[in-house]
Amino acid sequence: MRVETEADLKALQAAGLKKLKPDKPRIAVGLATCGAAVGGRKVYDRLREAIARKGAEIDLVQTGCIGYCREEPLVNITLPGKPLVILHKVTEPDADAIVRAVLNGKVPEDKALCRVPAWDHVTGFVMEYGKGFDAIPLYQDVPFFAPQRKVILRNAGFIDPGDIGEYFAVGGYGAAWKALHGMEPEALIAEVEKSGLRGRGGAGFPTGLKWRITRDAPGGTEKYLVCNADEGDPGAYMNRNEMESDPHMLIEGMIIGAFAMGLRYGLIYIRSEYPLAIERLGRAIGQAREYGLLGENIMGTGLSFDIRIARGAGAFVCGESTALVASIEGRTGRPHPRPPRLTDPEGGLFGKPTDLNNVETWCNVPAIVANGSGWYAGIGAKGNTGTKVFSLVGKVDRVGLVEVPLGTPIRTIVFDAGNGGANKKKVKAVQTGGPSGGCIPLRLFDTPVDYESLNKAGSIMGSGGIVVMDEDTDMVDIARYFTGFATGESCGKCVPCREGLKHTLLLINRIQAGKASKKDLATLQEVCETIAATSLCGLGQTAPNPVLTTLAYFREEYEAKVKP
Amino acid sequence: MDSYTLDAIIARYDVPDGRLLGILSEVQEQEGYIPHDVLVMLSEKLGVRLSRLYSLVTFYSFFSLQPVGEHMITVCMGTACHVKGAEMVLSALGKHLGIETGIAQDGKFAVTTEDNKFTVTIARCFGACSMAPVLSVDGNLYGYATPENLPAILAEFGWREHES
Repeated sequence: MRVETEADLKALQAAGLKKLKPDKPRIAVGLATCGAAVGGRKVYDRLREAIARKGAEIDLVQTGCIGYCREEPLVNITLPGKPLVILHKVTEPDADAIVRAVLNGKVPEDKALCRVPAWDHVTGFVMEYGKGFDAIPLYQDVPFFAPQRKVILRNAGFIDPGDIGEYFAVGGYGAAWKALHGMEPEALIAEVEKSGLRGRGGAGFPTGLKWRITRDAPGGTEKYLVCNADEGDPGAYMNRNEMESDPHMLIEGMIIGAFAMGLRYGLIYIRSEYPLAIERLGRAIGQAREYGLLGENIMGTGLSFDIRIARGAGAFVCGESTALVASIEGRTGRPHPRPPRLTDPEGGLFGKPTDLNNVETWCNVPAIVANGSGWYAGIGAKGNTGTKVFSLVGKVDRVGLVEVPLGTPIRTIVFDAGNGGANKKKVKAVQTGGPSGGCIPLRLFDTPVDYESLNKAGSIMGSGGIVVMDEDTDMVDIARYFTGFATGESCGKCVPCREGLKHTLLLINRIQAGKASKKDLATLQEVCETIAATSLCGLGQTAPNPVLTTLAYFREEYEAKVKP
Repeated sequence: MDSYTLDAIIARYDVPDGRLLGILSEVQEQEGYIPHDVLVMLSEKLGVRLSRLYSLVTFYSFFSLQPVGEHMITVCMGTACHVKGAEMVLSALGKHLGIETGIAQDGKFAVTTEDNKFTVTIARCFGACSMAPVLSVDGNLYGYATPENLPAILAEFGWREHES
């Protein structure tokens, strides 16, 4: 059926709610990539068998991931009138006990992580689950979740990403309806501008302004709207989870953007390392077409817009905008100097003005439209509004995806949510921003995570990877690791990046081999500063950051390895 | 890959965006590598110069010009995996399989065992950082890999300790 009236949307929401909160028990297994790999898939199979054996009236579904990766596999149980209960570290042998408990109107409390009496899905719907199970901790009392605020991951882990019905249930596509039927494109862009939303790919460019520039660029509807899903930073996987857990929020954001900018053609450029995200997005796009949310005459408004998927093929540099466009066009991903920018006439894809926004940027859009720019601007800090999802990984105790308002101190993320070092080791530093970012030492952990503060500390926001280093981590080795990465991923077009990084790597290898002198440290610094100042694109300009920050903050580790 | 199969792949890409990389990715997935004769055929069918196809195949790390073994093992070299010992996992893997793994720098690394059973490559990041270190065998992810639990993983694919 096609969504053509508000009543259609309401009917679909009601039908979806019957799945999300059925009048019988529902068991949902978190099956994003990591949940499936650490045993979730097998747990799902055992649950299916156990339910079948008992002939039980229980709905079994898959959901995405709520982000508490360390505790996976995670299983949600919804009993009518009771809070949703999240079970953690569920193993295959638990399946029978879970089904038995559920049939008795209970949950296995020894496996329970927390309960959720109600959940705000942010885009205009609060799910009331029910009361009871008072012995199980509340969601907001779990230390990992306590400092978090879910705006982007609003549905992740609650809905089945393969079923558009469950997205309708939580108010999905309501923001698109509101925008397409109740707002002028100009007002919509103004709303995004007022929200203060900035690009979540890392550079932090104001999203509304980019939309405005694209809308004003010549070419009518013959322009492109592209989603950058080439999450190449090692250590960052929030975009993967966003697409795997809630693909429709990305699609809805892109529809709203297309309406605001007056565009017809949408593309998602996604890395081939994410097969499950590609599969789920593909299915979600198909469903959206079926319901008249993509294609011709969207929601009965006459808007035409469709989305296709273009796959990457393993090149980090293709996250850079001009290289990304080259890759979609079937060329090697070598950046060109900007300007021309993608939004310029003849600067974008196939020579057309092109708007490029990161996955997470798009995912914010429906929330902004549903709740208004004032609501969004009230989250986070001035000039850094909204939330950001960080992947907290490496040598930290509680590994997972942490969504917090921008401006939250690093300390809160690493110590409150993350509980400090794994195995009680002492945390020494975090690395943010991937190969373009830097290492921030413990003494600067009061630094708020916002675009400017991280820059000031010598690092960058990047896509949001936070890799924790502990007392055992060799910081020179970390510098070597990132330099090796950047050397391998340099496209080879400009000399500073291609040759400079190679020499940086040689110098670090010499330091690691104990053959370097103090003079080599000065050379290392100079080479890195030259690469940063003279490289053609962002990759080269930022690739020395890991070396420069470790030289600045952990100089003693270098000095201990060089001859006087 | 015969001409007919290649035509079927090409037919799935009727728009210019993502076309060349999409076609090459499907060839890579079906064959495990990109054979020279397929590139020649593709060049003729699409009217794209062979040199351009080679530039793509050698630029993007997803493509390989060498045939691969029966099972594909990819060790993730992402940051989280690195700080949790991915290099030790890779070198242990090399020891078990009797192959050289010390040159894993440029992202185009691939070594196949003599009996053609396993090909070992590295990935920049699977984005499965929560269960680092990670490796994948034939597309299935294995988290929390250690030099100690490698033999059990390899055994699932017919590897036996005494063989090497």
